[in-house]
Amino acid sequence: MSKAAVDLPPKGGFSFDLCKRNDMLAKKGLTGPSFRKTGTTIVGLIFQDGVILGADTRATEGPIVCDKNCEKIHYMAPNIYCCGAGTAADTEAVTDMVSSQLQLHRYHTGRESRVITALTLLKKHLFSYQGYVSAALVLGGVDCTGPHLHTIYPHGSTDTLPFATMGSGSLAAMAMFESKYKEGLSRDEGIQLVVEAICSGIFNDLGSGSNVDVCVITKGHKEYLRNHLLPNPRTYINEKGYSFPKKTEVLMTKITPLKERVEIIETGDAMEE
Amino acid sequence: MDSLNLDEPHSMGTTIIGVTYDGGVVLGADSRTSTGVYVANRASDKITQLTDNVYVCRSGSAADSQIVSDYVRYFLHQHTIQLGQPATVKVAANLVRLLSYNNKNMLQTGLIVGGWDKYEGGKIYGIPLGGTILEQPFAIGGSGSSYLYGFFDQAWKEGMTKEEAESLMVKAVSLAIARDGASGGVVRTVTINADGVTRNFYPGDTLPLWHEEIPAQNSLLDILSAPSPEPMSM
Repeated sequence: MSKAAVDLPPKGGFSFDLCKRNDMLAKKGLTGPSFRKTGTTIVGLIFQDGVILGADTRATEGPIVCDKNCEKIHYMAPNIYCCGAGTAADTEAVTDMVSSQLQLHRYHTGRESRVITALTLLKKHLFSYQGYVSAALVLGGVDCTGPHLHTIYPHGSTDTLPFATMGSGSLAAMAMFESKYKEGLSRDEGIQLVVEAICSGIFNDLGSGSNVDVCVITKGHKEYLRNHLLPNPRTYINEKGYSFPKKTEVLMTKITPLKERVEIIETGDAMEE
Repeated sequence: MDSLNLDEPHSMGTTIIGVTYDGGVVLGADSRTSTGVYVANRASDKITQLTDNVYVCRSGSAADSQIVSDYVRYFLHQHTIQLGQPATVKVAANLVRLLSYNNKNMLQTGLIVGGWDKYEGGKIYGIPLGGTILEQPFAIGGSGSSYLYGFFDQAWKEGMTKEEAESLMVKAVSLAIARDGASGGVVRTVTINADGVTRNFYPGDTLPLWHEEIPAQNSLLDILSAPSPEPMSM
């Protein structure tokens, strides 16, 4: 095996080595993998005691459903949650990043995070990437100034609304909201309306499907109702089960537990300041 | 009909107007924010506060105009602290102009800055796409403004009262809403004078009706919840 003549130090920055290979493959007719998007219906509404967020649970890779039960309601702070539509990696990354920034901010200030702080951090990040970070978010939470609900678009613009929908199923969900929303809904009425709106997206939009997740945030309390409704159960399961072809024969089994065999004996003086 | 592309950048089709009157200014705007052909927000507030006495009407790209007004609010706040007194409308407008002009390749937003200060009284500054700054007795902007140039040439006069200015504003925005597809929703106005700031809100059904417009109707859903009619008797 030949050794390199000179050992180059590792360079920083992007490596474009595979771009030529990708071009060559594309010319030969190979279509690259499409990235995972959450087709999605996400909604939020303000009710009398706080905010309710809702989301479907289908993640798609082009025409294929790659995750039948993904989580689209992301944690931002104990009192703030964010639903994400668009490219799944972008929504995960941006909400994780801002969630960490919010925690650092909480350590610095010693106070509960405010929804408007999360909004400004997200908006600044998305605007600086000029829409290339494809994350459309519904941000909701309750802080010392009251309940708040905002929508954030990939280009960085935001709206503050009493009820909001985003994603490919947003039109179906908005139709439900526009006909049935009123101010001062009770918790049960609010959850009912959110479930109706998400179901409307699930059954009428191809990019949304599977189950309904709901998150209720009130002053000092939050409830993350994962899979609150399962309107798409799997029917016709084969009772015979699956039988796999015979595996390779096992000749010998030896299990080595990975436990420390070394005993630590305290010698010398105890540490002193 | 183009397919519904919800990834299009948010733009505010818009009609925005700023008008001076004897003693202050009135700023007005519609409330429609569109993503392609879908109305993303039918009740948005396009008149944003910069300081206690200066407001700005935003049009064009929603993201660009929000970011510009956020930066100007921040700079004006610093400026007010350093100056020790409220900022003038001219300074606010020039800060907006500097951002718009120096980033003209990347921004797509037309703004109207209006306010009241003790030196010059009520002033309106129009800052359209390239970053020009123009001090005017009245300014119009946004896609709906195309339909208002003739109207203002005829209806505008010097030295109006506050009520006249406000009703001119509402009339103008409702005319633009009637003809421009990208404008709609409600009419919001902000009046700024020596006494302070007053916000007003005119929902769609209170606006005057123009040629071939039909009056507002109650939701047809009410028919569904109405009791079924009595059977006819001979």
